[in-house]
Amino acid sequence: MTTTWPKPAAGSWTEHHPELGTGPISFDDCTSAEFYAQERDRIFKRAWLNIARVEDLPRPGSYLTKEIEIAKASVLLIRDRDGEIRAFHNVCRHRGNKLVWNEDPRAETQGTCRQVTCKYHGWRYDLEGQLTFVQQDSEFFDLDKETRGLVPVHTDIWNGFIFVNLDDEPRQDLREFLGPMLTGLDGYPFDRLTERYDFVAHNNSNWKLFADAFQEYYHVPALHPQQVPPAVRNPDAGFTCAHFQCDGPHRVVSTAGPRRWTLDPAYMYPIERATRSGLVGPWEAPDLGNIPQGVNPGGVESWGISNFQIFPNVELLIYSTGWYLLYRYWPTSVGTHRFDGSLAFHPARTVRERVEHEVAAVVFKEFALQDAGMLGGTQAALETGVLHEFPLSDQEVLVRHFHKVVADWVALP
Amino acid sequence: MSPLLPVPFADLERYAPTWCLATEADRWERRMTSSMAELSAFYDDAFPRLEEAIEHCDKYPLDDLPPEEERLLQLVHSLVMVAMAVEIFCQPKTVDSADAVLHRVKEPLP
Repeated sequence: MTTTWPKPAAGSWTEHHPELGTGPISFDDCTSAEFYAQERDRIFKRAWLNIARVEDLPRPGSYLTKEIEIAKASVLLIRDRDGEIRAFHNVCRHRGNKLVWNEDPRAETQGTCRQVTCKYHGWRYDLEGQLTFVQQDSEFFDLDKETRGLVPVHTDIWNGFIFVNLDDEPRQDLREFLGPMLTGLDGYPFDRLTERYDFVAHNNSNWKLFADAFQEYYHVPALHPQQVPPAVRNPDAGFTCAHFQCDGPHRVVSTAGPRRWTLDPAYMYPIERATRSGLVGPWEAPDLGNIPQGVNPGGVESWGISNFQIFPNVELLIYSTGWYLLYRYWPTSVGTHRFDGSLAFHPARTVRERVEHEVAAVVFKEFALQDAGMLGGTQAALETGVLHEFPLSDQEVLVRHFHKVVADWVALP
Repeated sequence: MSPLLPVPFADLERYAPTWCLATEADRWERRMTSSMAELSAFYDDAFPRLEEAIEHCDKYPLDDLPPEEERLLQLVHSLVMVAMAVEIFCQPKTVDSADAVLHRVKEPLP
């Protein structure tokens, strides 16, 4: 029951973007230490990076730290006394100690504070980053507290998503960087989807390989056959997506078709039928009011999910049933990365809704584990260096676009 | 000893000490360390009571469940966890997940 969707006039999604070509591509960008070093300097120290949501810092004094390993950066986000969110390098101005950490200086932490105190010699900073207290300051020489505040990091907020930019001077402001396709999501009620299930994993694959797995659905019938019960399982069934679109360094793929729960009951597991939730989340959508058309940029009929890839390392999957998934891939070495994943729903009002959300979160983990389990194998096989070119189908056009954009950014002086 | 679950669910009481677990991390761990026989026994007895359990808990506000109802909801969450093994994978561990892990570090409670 493969549904096919109309392709662009050029004949394919890939040829619609002539600059992408149709030939095989290399994945040496996932195994080369030199390339990884360039990704550090030219991507992660230049691009806007989403590191948190405004709900993560609910009140003045709320803080959190974020490790950006590839850039060797630790960022401290604080909501100041006026309610503004500020970003600083998490480094004390005195002797360079890591300023905010809990039990392990390499681990992220969060909480609420009145001021920030360094563990080493007790220097204190206020919520605006100003140095306010130096132990025995008369022992110092010409110390001007005014000029020894925390070092700020460029930060901006888009629809509640907090971004930072580690460049000395960002080449684009955040909205310019995001471009028209992503800012087409302006007004989506992200601020009402505050019930979060957050996941963390350390994965033995290059950060781009995990992103690749989530920007095509071609792998689904082979890797995830258990997504439908055995009686209706057809290993030769293909899957095609309704719409692909690229905008600058960003991408989207949309799926469409009959909702899972409108299919014959045989296509669902008993737990899905019993809880009215499952693989694609709760069947019942909350009333979120007006939804911007930008969630379905292709304007496809019977739209289901749009999977936006915000360059370089974020994926935002918006479901037509009123919830979203957020993935972030944080490189930790050329062959490893840290995966942050969140499911965000409207706050459950009843036990029934809470169970619907729990089912979605449990099913998500099962199938994400299949992707994660396999990708260690992909990394290991690529590192054998036996092959250096790989054919990609039209359903994998976004994989092609992603690796090209990464190469383009790395090539930019 | 007073029962852990609401009276109408006395038939599931024997599963309560094992499966009334507050967090996903605990429920996952219990699934991974259980046999399929244990998972199937719990599933076979609890699944037919799922709808009643949800209806029963929903007589109370979600943020103010009495302790017995809160434990019943934890048991429902465990049933969801166990259903993945019983209905989908026919083994406790996710098929083809190799050495991958995915830790749930934040979740709404209960």
